[in-house]
Amino acid sequence: MRILEGKDLQKYFGGLAAAAGIDFHINQGEIVGLIGPNGAGKTTLFNLISGSIAPTSGIIMFKGENILGLKPHQICKRGLARTFQLVKLFGSMTVSQNILLAFLFGRSGGIHKSDAERESSNLLEFVGLSGMGGVIAKEMTIANQKRLEVARALATKPELLLLDELMAGLNPTEVAEATELILKIRKKGVTIFMIEHVMKAIMGVSDRIIALHYGKKISEGTPEEITADKTVREIYLGI
Amino acid sequence: MVLTVSWTVFSGPTRYISLASAAFFGIGIYVTAVLGDGLPFLAVIAFGGFASFLLALLVGLSSLRLRGMYFTIFTFGLSEFIRHSVLWWEVNITGTVGRLVVSADNITVYYTMLTIVLLTLAMAYFTKKTKYGLALLAIGESEEAADHVGINVNAIKIVAFAMSTFFVGTAGATMATRWTYIDPSIAFDPLLSFMPVLMAIFGGIRRIHGQIIGATVLTLLADMLLTKFPYYYNLLYGIILIAVILFLPEGLAGLREKVTERRESALVK
Repeated sequence: MRILEGKDLQKYFGGLAAAAGIDFHINQGEIVGLIGPNGAGKTTLFNLISGSIAPTSGIIMFKGENILGLKPHQICKRGLARTFQLVKLFGSMTVSQNILLAFLFGRSGGIHKSDAERESSNLLEFVGLSGMGGVIAKEMTIANQKRLEVARALATKPELLLLDELMAGLNPTEVAEATELILKIRKKGVTIFMIEHVMKAIMGVSDRIIALHYGKKISEGTPEEITADKTVREIYLGI
Repeated sequence: MVLTVSWTVFSGPTRYISLASAAFFGIGIYVTAVLGDGLPFLAVIAFGGFASFLLALLVGLSSLRLRGMYFTIFTFGLSEFIRHSVLWWEVNITGTVGRLVVSADNITVYYTMLTIVLLTLAMAYFTKKTKYGLALLAIGESEEAADHVGINVNAIKIVAFAMSTFFVGTAGATMATRWTYIDPSIAFDPLLSFMPVLMAIFGGIRRIHGQIIGATVLTLLADMLLTKFPYYYNLLYGIILIAVILFLPEGLAGLREKVTERRESALVK
């Protein structure tokens, strides 16, 4: 079943096409990777899906409903969460406050504060931040900040999670841990759509990969098909 | 104090610095001046609050999309615009500059003011406790992230802004009865917009008791300096303000924590 589907998405910044008619779909339960050179329009595509920016034209269907034109908070309440390329936490607040907010305002909406607090500590353990609830968010290492951002997105109870360069700036051990986390999230039944530059990681976890270039989809397929694809090799992988 | 605490309810956590307190205060004053004759005292005051609430809703809808400096300048401009509009109206249409206000006796004014102060404090306290208080903080940290965890950013900003000005309006409506004579430059005095900001910073933005201390100390300080040193009043006042802001960025309320921290670190050594 298709959980997310985009049809002929177009977004122009002035004369520059960040999305020049992209068609794509994500099936329920999949992990889909999104790759492409810098400026290919990957983050723009995420911004279009999550409602941060409005497309010039096109349709985005999420669970059979057109979510185009909805505000980010409305899209979040329908079960679509995201993280940001540059971490956007509530920096001066504690780790648990960050997550608590997502519980209180996300899909679980009217949840009682004490339930939310208990669920927060479970979630912290899930992402590997147990015992750090009282730490001020911006004082953590970048790897932990990224975990927290994932935890905060999960706390809104999404069915589809968009991860924007989760692995950027992490060392090899942390990349391995992040990969493990992604697989764990999928096991919980959350579909994942992720932008990534760390080839080894994205080739390893993705069921399917979409490659963008100048706002156009240049290729799509399994990791093996993508690495074999001539255009992708020339444009992006440089081999 | 009402002005300061109310101002901080919204501007403290969200970091939207509003310079429109005078507008809301002045609206309250004018409500009393216009309606004071016919209606009972309490009704007039409630009216003052609602008028200010409605004005804030309008301001919120039109301006809260602006960020940072732009919002601040806009609110200040708005305040001045209202002052001049009222002045123009009074001179050209009513044909006077000031108005006489029906006065109430001092004891009534005192208790009304006290009630308003307590209600404002209660509002500030409960806003901080609920999830909406947390949401306001989140908006101050990152509006975009707040939006993406399901917070209806615009709605919360506008409602919080309007709510926080309600009490400013009631305070204006009450104070008007004490002054007996008002005109636009008294009612919409720009100083009324700056003082809450100063007092809040002076006392400590992040804690409610900080704002209470700030407002009380600054008011007493101003009175004391004015009577003791009438010539150097402004100079001394300025120096004290600068010293506090430079050396105590957390305000007076942060002072106690600083002292305990130092004591603890001294013990460790």
